[in-house]
Amino acid sequence: MIRPDAPVLLEIRNLHATVGDQPILKGVDLTLRAGEIHAVMGRNGSGKSTLSKLLAGHPAYTVTAGTVRYRGDDLLALAPEERARAGVFLGFQYPVEIPGVSNLEFLRVATNARRLAQGGEELDTFAFEDLVCERLKVVQMDPAFLERSVNEGFSGGEKKRNEILQMALLDPLVAILDETDSGLDIDALRIVSAGVNQLATPDNCILLITHYQRLLDEITPDFVHVMAAGRILRTAGKELALELERRGYDWVDEGLASSDHAEADATALEVA
Amino acid sequence: MTSTASVGDLVSQPYRYGFVTDIETEKIAKGLNEDVVRLISAKKHEPLFLLNFRLRAYAQWLQMEEPDWASLGHGPIDYQEMIYYAAPKQQAKKASLDEVDPKLLETFDKLGIPLSEQKRLSNVAVDAVFDSVSIATTYREKLAEHGVIFCSISEAVKDHPDLIERYMGTVVPINDNFFAALNSAVFSDGSFVFIPKGVSCPMELSTYFRINSGDTGQFERTLIVAEEAASVSYLEGCTAPMFDTNQLHAAVVELVALDDANIKYSTVQNWYAGDAKGVGGIYNFVTKRGHCRGARSHISWTQVETGSAITWKYPSCVLQGEDSSGEFYSVALTNNLQQADTGTKMIHVGPGTRSTIISKGISAGRSSNSYRGLVQIGAKAVGARNYSQCDSMLIGDTAAANTFPYLRSQQPDASIEHEASTCRISEDQLFYLQSRGIGLEESVSMMVSGFCRDVFNQLPMEFAAEADKLLALKLEGSVG
Repeated sequence: MIRPDAPVLLEIRNLHATVGDQPILKGVDLTLRAGEIHAVMGRNGSGKSTLSKLLAGHPAYTVTAGTVRYRGDDLLALAPEERARAGVFLGFQYPVEIPGVSNLEFLRVATNARRLAQGGEELDTFAFEDLVCERLKVVQMDPAFLERSVNEGFSGGEKKRNEILQMALLDPLVAILDETDSGLDIDALRIVSAGVNQLATPDNCILLITHYQRLLDEITPDFVHVMAAGRILRTAGKELALELERRGYDWVDEGLASSDHAEADATALEVA
Repeated sequence: MTSTASVGDLVSQPYRYGFVTDIETEKIAKGLNEDVVRLISAKKHEPLFLLNFRLRAYAQWLQMEEPDWASLGHGPIDYQEMIYYAAPKQQAKKASLDEVDPKLLETFDKLGIPLSEQKRLSNVAVDAVFDSVSIATTYREKLAEHGVIFCSISEAVKDHPDLIERYMGTVVPINDNFFAALNSAVFSDGSFVFIPKGVSCPMELSTYFRINSGDTGQFERTLIVAEEAASVSYLEGCTAPMFDTNQLHAAVVELVALDDANIKYSTVQNWYAGDAKGVGGIYNFVTKRGHCRGARSHISWTQVETGSAITWKYPSCVLQGEDSSGEFYSVALTNNLQQADTGTKMIHVGPGTRSTIISKGISAGRSSNSYRGLVQIGAKAVGARNYSQCDSMLIGDTAAANTFPYLRSQQPDASIEHEASTCRISEDQLFYLQSRGIGLEESVSMMVSGFCRDVFNQLPMEFAAEADKLLALKLEGSVG
């Protein structure tokens, strides 16, 4: 839902970042307003996943230039846990397994950290169980998964559902979903997408990172951005995704030379 | 802890038991010889059999050499530079707590072990040992009503010499090993527990050991006897002040379980571990052994080892009675430059004997943490079974973990299972938890307590939560 007067939740300006000595992001600009769904598409290595992890505060990436403002404040100054408590959520492409830590306990501690930051009350185990059982419906998940260790022995689809369950509990204002569709069969894709659609509200925004059109058949984006060589090269409506699907990413690369961005940064050309 | 201390203060304080109590102490001259052994015995007004026990042990010790097979490294220990007896200056044991030096009561208050009538833990009887002597034992009368004897070993020598003579040294012989021989020669105090036939001890028993002097070795001796069908759960806790010298702690613990008896022995060991550079800390060389003498008897060891610069400790079970069983549950955590070489011995002698070993080692900093365990099945142990699981967790990339299992069987149909695993807390796991709003320290603590759950579940309830907190405190600053 596009409302030009909606508040800006996330504003990325000229973001440059490296991993080790390797530049990955080379000037990303992106503005997300409340109520919007954005999709960032691009090949492997284009910098999409870096962007998502960097926004969540992954220690492997170093920001070398640019700013990220979350509701007007400097997001980059916050530790990962502070970002999460403030309402920034990353749905992982490959959620890790954490043996020995009960999923239920993990979800409760995380939910309470967020609730406290929102000025709410902590939930005790009983109140939390009621809440989590209700939210399980969003992703049609079996309560048996609560009793297991975090993601341990979960199938790819179950892990992704567990991610969306976390999103449902943490009530983020900015939800970044990194390749949520990867590894999902068509039924699981529909369930996960339906979950995301239920959670999209006029107050929050969603950033979908994906390779494929098939996710966007289920979750309709307001904007589609194409990323290559660490920058966003094109931005348009949902029709851009269809065009990409038809013409492939080579078409974007061909357009690189004539794009406005390319003139600003010659290094992007060399890498591309 | 003062009332003004905030949670933050507590968390940033790596070792909160490091204070020294300023109290006048009676010490004997440093060094060890036969006269010192005689002097200790004389100070305690011991009967002749015990003096002879000490002298035999001392003679054996002189012939023995310090063991060097463990994966531990430390400078030479000078046994002549140590003091072998130190006691707070007060008349032997007081009839009532009102007469005990308030400074001592205050010390135990500070350690979270209140002894006074009003404040003491309900349903846990405590024997408080300060340097070489026991200063108070709570709930003695109530226990006596059930026929349970719970007192210091010195009192037991006076009041129940027959029991001491019958059982002491029968599980850990005086020449068992270098440190056991030393302990047998110079042991100072410790606890004695006797549960008569058919009695289930009505409350948890606990001994709290406190080293206070900087130049004193601590050599406690604990003996627990459970007669036929008796049962008891016992817990020991230990702390020491921070000194920049190393102090020796060489204890001996003996457990005897007769037919159908059940002894559960838990330890939360938090001796001073030395500083981040490895200066100071306790050298903990301990011999603990249980003897399942009777049929269907059961002995269970649970230990949470977090302190000491060096830990050398193998709580063991000799499973002699038919169908007797032994258990060993251990969490050993090392950080900074701590070294631990710990595990167990399960000696299956009788038929139908069973044993279970669950060991969890956590190594952080530049520490070294080894599990060493022996499972031995004798020729008569028909149908004996053992299950061992040894898991190691590494935090950071400079810590070491080792597993040394020794499996020996003379019984063709015995069953021995050994599983081992090693895992590392990965940056990705920490980031995942952090990205859900959980702080770094809490993330580590969640993973560590998940890793240790099988062992913590074995601890008496009052202490399980305590153990969890203790580990979190110990790991403070080990990541990030």
